[in-house]
Amino acid sequence: MSATAPAAASRPMIELLNVNKWYGEFHVLRDINLTVERGQKIVVCGPSGSGKSTMIRCINRLEEHQQGQIIVEGVELTGDLRNIDAVRREVGMVFQQFNLFPHLTVLENLTLAPIWVRKMPKKEAEEMAMHYLKRVRIPEQALKYPGQLSGGQQQRVAIARSLCMKPKIMLFDEPTSALDPEMVKEVLDVMVELAREGMTMICVTHEMGFARAVADSVIFMDKGEIVESAPPTQFFANPKSDRTKLFLSQILGH
Amino acid sequence: MSDAAATLKSLPPSGGFSGSPFALWAKANLFPNWWSTVVTLVLAYLILKFGFGVLSWAFFNAVWTVENQDTEVCRQLKGVGACWALITEKYRFILFGTYPFQQHWRPTLVIGIFLALYGVSTVRSLWNYRLGVIWVAGLLSIGVLMWGGVFGLSYVEQERWGGLPITLMLATFGIALAFPLGILLALGRRSDMPAIKAICVAYIELIRGVPLISLLFMASVMLPLFLPEGLTIDKLLRAQVAIILFAGAYLAEVIRGGLQAIPKGQYEAADALGLSYWKKTGFIILPQALKIVIPPLVNTFIGMFKDTSLVVIIGIYDLLGAAKISTIEPAWRGFSVEAYVFVSIIYFVFCFAMSKYSQKVEVELSRSHKR
Repeated sequence: MSATAPAAASRPMIELLNVNKWYGEFHVLRDINLTVERGQKIVVCGPSGSGKSTMIRCINRLEEHQQGQIIVEGVELTGDLRNIDAVRREVGMVFQQFNLFPHLTVLENLTLAPIWVRKMPKKEAEEMAMHYLKRVRIPEQALKYPGQLSGGQQQRVAIARSLCMKPKIMLFDEPTSALDPEMVKEVLDVMVELAREGMTMICVTHEMGFARAVADSVIFMDKGEIVESAPPTQFFANPKSDRTKLFLSQILGH
Repeated sequence: MSDAAATLKSLPPSGGFSGSPFALWAKANLFPNWWSTVVTLVLAYLILKFGFGVLSWAFFNAVWTVENQDTEVCRQLKGVGACWALITEKYRFILFGTYPFQQHWRPTLVIGIFLALYGVSTVRSLWNYRLGVIWVAGLLSIGVLMWGGVFGLSYVEQERWGGLPITLMLATFGIALAFPLGILLALGRRSDMPAIKAICVAYIELIRGVPLISLLFMASVMLPLFLPEGLTIDKLLRAQVAIILFAGAYLAEVIRGGLQAIPKGQYEAADALGLSYWKKTGFIILPQALKIVIPPLVNTFIGMFKDTSLVVIIGIYDLLGAAKISTIEPAWRGFSVEAYVFVSIIYFVFCFAMSKYSQKVEVELSRSHKR
């Protein structure tokens, strides 16, 4: 599989084929098979420790898988650093803990990678950064430091920071779990907007309202396996597996 | 104490003590009960006695000048009054060592250039390539002034250099070059590459495990034995290299402490954005890590500044070495305390300035990063 092969239009954006991963003795991902088409939105849910974060972190190689194949935009993730760089340029990621750079202003957080990875002139990068800050509705915070913003604002900055790299795929790793309840909506609104614009997205989240609104497919993971995968209407109305039913009763029960 | 103060407030004001805030403070903090009063009085007695002793030795009974090196008057006052005549006679030797007397304006200018370089380095708006240019120009002119041999300056061989310029050179180059070495060693010790990691660990442990003095000896005595016939490296340069290698190992461990304090999420966010290892390290990790370790970093710098005085054991006469030599003549023998007090003040001024400046930087950085 060559890194330079043009991604055929027919190819899926992301393919995981029989992916296995262990932490020492612990088998964290078991025979994961997943295909994500261009523009698809996938929501991944499951109890903690089920391997859902690990799975999406394998997609941009923050974690290494030991068996199977992961192919992103026609590039297979192996130990080859060029392939990893190529994939990371196309895949944006938003973390539970925001992970903004606290010693840089919001604007510098947004322009750093475009300037140094995409080699964009500073002025152009700043204009683009302001454009995305407007889209996440906080242009007035551009010159502040992350520590001066609320959690919801920080997470929106983090989304804008990823978008500045013009990714084709966005990964969200529990983006609202560290937020106070009143700030969840402002972040979800931005994510819904992004979904409507056709971004390919994989979101690990327990926000079932979000899943109903935008997901093409909801995946339930448990003990490192994909237990169930279905469109949201079917997933919520008619779960097949007992484990899915139990999980849904736990998170929707109150 | 607060209990005592509360009791005090409830009591009716007594005698002439009432009114003045100082009197109230003193009564609450110094004389709240009989045993505190005893402690206060004993300590006050000791402070006054010792303080007066120091003042009368250093000022009231001190001898400031003597005629024709006749130190008899100093000898009579030995232990009672300081013989500052030593300093007024010998300060040029202590500051410049055996540098030719007629040429003392050159090392004086060198000290001035060093101070000016330190000064401009604190100006934030110059923290770019301009500071580099200024330093290169400054160091070039320092070299020209010390060595001479060009522009009509007489040539002065390195063996005759001494005093404060030597101390400043060893400390400045020591810090400036050991710092990047320490950063590389700290990064190497955390590297995923086993060979690099092993080399860095071995280096750090080896160098930290031996005294600086033994490194200086090796640099001055052993190194020339290994060099090919005819090739000699300047003694000062060898001592300088030993200091840099030594300090680098210490700084590496200080910086590693800062690297470990950076949350994993910062590395992951930088990776996810596609930043390469060096860009991630340079833009994200090091700026945060170095900020955390400013206090221990400056601690090490101050230690290095004073450790340069160890070069005296390989026959380089820095500030402390020159001070020691200054009392070797029969006339001045026995007045080394005065010489040491004099150089201590100079060392203190430099170290205290470093400490104060680092505090200022810390406050500025925490202000801009947090709120």
